[in-house]
Amino acid sequence: MELIEAIILSVLAASTPLLLAATGELVTERSGVLNLGVEGMMIVGAACGFGGALLTGSTIIGALCGIVAGTAMSLIFAAMTLGLAVNQVATGLALTILGIGLSGLIGAGFVGERITPAPHLYIPYLTSIPLIGRIVFGEDAFVYFSIALIVAVWWFLYRTRGGLILRACGDNHVSAHALGYSVLKIRLYAVMFGGACAGLAGAYLPLAYTPFFIPGMTAGRGWIALALVVFASWLPGRLAIGAYLFGAVTILQLHAQGAGVGIPSQFLSSLPYLATVIVLVLLSRARTGGSTAPAALGTVFVPDR
Amino acid sequence: MRKTLFAAATALLLAGSISSDASAADKLKVGFVYLGPIGDLGWTYQHDQGRQALVKELGDKIETTYLENVPEGPDAERAIEQLVRAGNKLIFTTSFGYMDPTLKVAKKYPNVHFEHCSGYKRDKNMATYSARWYQGRYIQGQIAAKMSKAGVLGYIGSFPIPEVVSGINATMIGAQSINPNIKVKIIWVNTWFDPGKEADAAKALLDQGADIIMQHTDSPAPMQIASERGKLAFGQDSEMIKFGPKAQLTSILDTWGPYYISRVKAELDGTWKSEDVWGGLDTKMFEMAPYTNMPDDVKKLAEETQAAITSGKLQPFKCPVVAQDGKEVECKGGDHLTDPQILGMNFYVKGIDDKIPGK
Repeated sequence: MELIEAIILSVLAASTPLLLAATGELVTERSGVLNLGVEGMMIVGAACGFGGALLTGSTIIGALCGIVAGTAMSLIFAAMTLGLAVNQVATGLALTILGIGLSGLIGAGFVGERITPAPHLYIPYLTSIPLIGRIVFGEDAFVYFSIALIVAVWWFLYRTRGGLILRACGDNHVSAHALGYSVLKIRLYAVMFGGACAGLAGAYLPLAYTPFFIPGMTAGRGWIALALVVFASWLPGRLAIGAYLFGAVTILQLHAQGAGVGIPSQFLSSLPYLATVIVLVLLSRARTGGSTAPAALGTVFVPDR
Repeated sequence: MRKTLFAAATALLLAGSISSDASAADKLKVGFVYLGPIGDLGWTYQHDQGRQALVKELGDKIETTYLENVPEGPDAERAIEQLVRAGNKLIFTTSFGYMDPTLKVAKKYPNVHFEHCSGYKRDKNMATYSARWYQGRYIQGQIAAKMSKAGVLGYIGSFPIPEVVSGINATMIGAQSINPNIKVKIIWVNTWFDPGKEADAAKALLDQGADIIMQHTDSPAPMQIASERGKLAFGQDSEMIKFGPKAQLTSILDTWGPYYISRVKAELDGTWKSEDVWGGLDTKMFEMAPYTNMPDDVKKLAEETQAAITSGKLQPFKCPVVAQDGKEVECKGGDHLTDPQILGMNFYVKGIDDKIPGK
């Protein structure tokens, strides 16, 4: 029983940065912009988030620093792809390389420092309920926030006018433009939201997950977040399922090894990625009904005057 | 005004470059190629500490340059060649994956000397060097067996290569010398560096009942998890006590400084030769961090074992070494296994209830 509780706690912690970053990228992509720089925005968010928390002693200020840093990175991307109509794929890749270098520079002075990890919720009696107590009432704020955020994004995309306009920009920017919507402005907001989420996801790592900063500590999580958006076929509900599934497979394969299950660890390590590939195949086979990529994804838009 | 400033600046720059050229001419240039950032607090950090020790000792006779974050593979070749072109006469390439790139560049520039860390390919102008970390792991195994209440050790492995496997075996042989029934749980994370994943692996091991964490990966995350949970752990590559003041028992410290100094001195004297150096505790190729968070008798035991290994009295892979299947491993080195046997180790010793992945 205790082991199951421990596993679920680990899964929630491992999934949260993926869910946060992927939520932001989902909104960005829904507006028709493909930002491959998630890893770069995350790692800068991690460096700045840790720096903020170290200097002020406050997790909240650290998280805000991460959000601001991620947004600032996304503004570079927006200036290039929306302002100058540069190729989005190339700019996104460049943003990742820039982010990895920049975070090393920003974080150089923070390496080896320690902070107190983000506090976990504690409600007398409720948190002590066996099995579900710590899982439901004993997480850190990031976990609750990430769940609230994906619900809010779903509500925004499918239950509000703003969400409809944003999706319109992603599916057909010429029509949206013709209807009088400022496609570039809407995409700018979507890119900034993506940057803020990636920055927060990055900050989660040194603020709550492993409370120290080391260059390169995101270790490819930004790329997984990108894959998750495709895995979810751009739907918020599937995104949440995908993120937790990915976290669950990652943690369970570690436990399987510790328990001596006789499956090669190399195979177990590749399982989450294998699952992504399989889902992609299934999606492409069952085109009918399921939502697929925003039609205008990755194409530049230059409004005619 | 602006023009004069510009002229003055140019003059200064020229003067600067000329003077540095003049001094560089009589100084030996030594280059380093690093895998990670120098701030990784692990593998690369320790190599850079070695370089700094070198500068401190011979700074008036040499000039060092380093390139960090150099990926293994074709990029490495370019980086190494860049150091050659910049006039470096002795170049240390500090990761296993630089083996073939180093060899290629070495063949191209026979007048430059190369030193490759932890590989097995050599040439007239390319030496190799590494450390017998398994000796330290034997000591850690003894400490772990003494300190574990559950009798279960948790081991985080990177990749199932001989170096890591021999480390696990040395740990278990050491631990079995104290407690013959000691158990080990092994989790491979298939990466050298991913703090999050290493932390998750540490959590999984502790959740499954291990109470001592040992790692063969590079970040201090497992140490920090052990510390959070009030359990004990061993550091890796560098001093990690900051991340677990109440958790770290000891740590294997890569101390490359003395080796770098001796090799550069040889280069300065003109006595440099291509060699294969596999140094242990006796040559200070690595050291053990202070023994902490353990009672005095365990500390004494660890120190005695360390002294015995240093003097050569104790061989961690002393025959008979019994493999998992119960068969004795052929004893090629008289009373202990030979270096090639250790360097190519691909079996678990008896008492490990697991399989090497992919075997």
